Amino acid sequence: MNELTLFRLQRFSAALLAPMVLIHLGLILFAMRQGLSAEAILDRTQGSIFWALFYGLFVVAAAVHAPIGLRSVLREMTPWHGRSLDLAMVLFGFLLFILGLRAVIGVVVP
Amino acid sequence: MKLGRQEVQDQTNCELAEVPENPEMLDVRVWRGTQQGEWQHFSVPKRDNQTILDVVTWIQRHIDPGLSYRFACRVGMCGSCAMTVTGRPRWTCRTHVAQVLSEGVLEIGPLRNLPVIKDLAVDMAPFFEKWRDAGGHFEGAKTRHDPPAQVSPNSANREEADLGIECINCGVCNAACEVVRWNGRYLGPAALNRAWTLEVDERDQSTETRHQGIWGEAGAFNCHSHGNCTVHCPVGLDPARSIAGLKRRALGRSGKGGGT
Repeated sequence: MNELTLFRLQRFSAALLAPMVLIHLGLILFAMRQGLSAEAILDRTQGSIFWALFYGLFVVAAAVHAPIGLRSVLREMTPWHGRSLDLAMVLFGFLLFILGLRAVIGVVVP
Repeated sequence: MKLGRQEVQDQTNCELAEVPENPEMLDVRVWRGTQQGEWQHFSVPKRDNQTILDVVTWIQRHIDPGLSYRFACRVGMCGSCAMTVTGRPRWTCRTHVAQVLSEGVLEIGPLRNLPVIKDLAVDMAPFFEKWRDAGGHFEGAKTRHDPPAQVSPNSANREEADLGIECINCGVCNAACEVVRWNGRYLGPAALNRAWTLEVDERDQSTETRHQGIWGEAGAFNCHSHGNCTVHCPVGLDPARSIAGLKRRALGRSGKGGGT
């Protein structure tokens, strides 16, 4: 994947993540202020296609965005370059995706 | 009348003739050597109206003829005389001593981010190699037998190009750029600014070649938008805006500059 494609993916994923992070934070504040228990939250999210799609997309965007940014940081701050770094970042993105997907499944699947 | 060497110097260097008998002296630190070297102190007569280039020239003509530096036009057009003055890259022919003295000791060193040939002269070859790598050459589709292209000076692209085309290639932005400092392969603000002026030039045909450079591993995406290039550009250009334009084009937008 060339630099141009990576740049576009990172910018587009950032555009998705920016409002999603705000909604996510708003949701946390709402749940805390309402004093919702874990059970009450799961009652609302389990079986919900909306929250499944929202957090599914969130996880995909984060799994794309974070490795590209981390790759840039590592290339600038360390001598690590080349295919080994690219491969490591693909694995890192995959790890984020699997961990995120597990969390989403745990919240939305009854 | 045949003049002696000192008399010729006195005539060609009008500053000297105006130095009073007991002038106030400037304490100047000048870099001597290559990448390795040391700071050397010189005492130079202070004048009311004196540029950094005047100071360097005075040292070479009156104290140490072995001091190496580069200049040509002395009027801010050729871009040859840029150096690091009190920690900042500047064009020395248009920087007055009075402007920088308030910032502390007058310290004159070679431009950063380029190999030092000797003393204050740097090797500009890597700087211009980056221009080449960024596709900084014009490639028109017309021949000399075709009528000249009609480009409206008020068109959006032409106005955008006008903002960046007065670069004098002094290397000040390159020396001010932190990203160039930590990543020597990064093409840098001057080369990318040049590429941008061609990118928006509707007569230019070499876009495919250029895109490999400006959107490649060493290209515009490395820019952190610190803006040091814009702050230090002696002719008031805005390379950060040009690089932002290149980034926008990468996203398929028209690429009018500004922002990040």
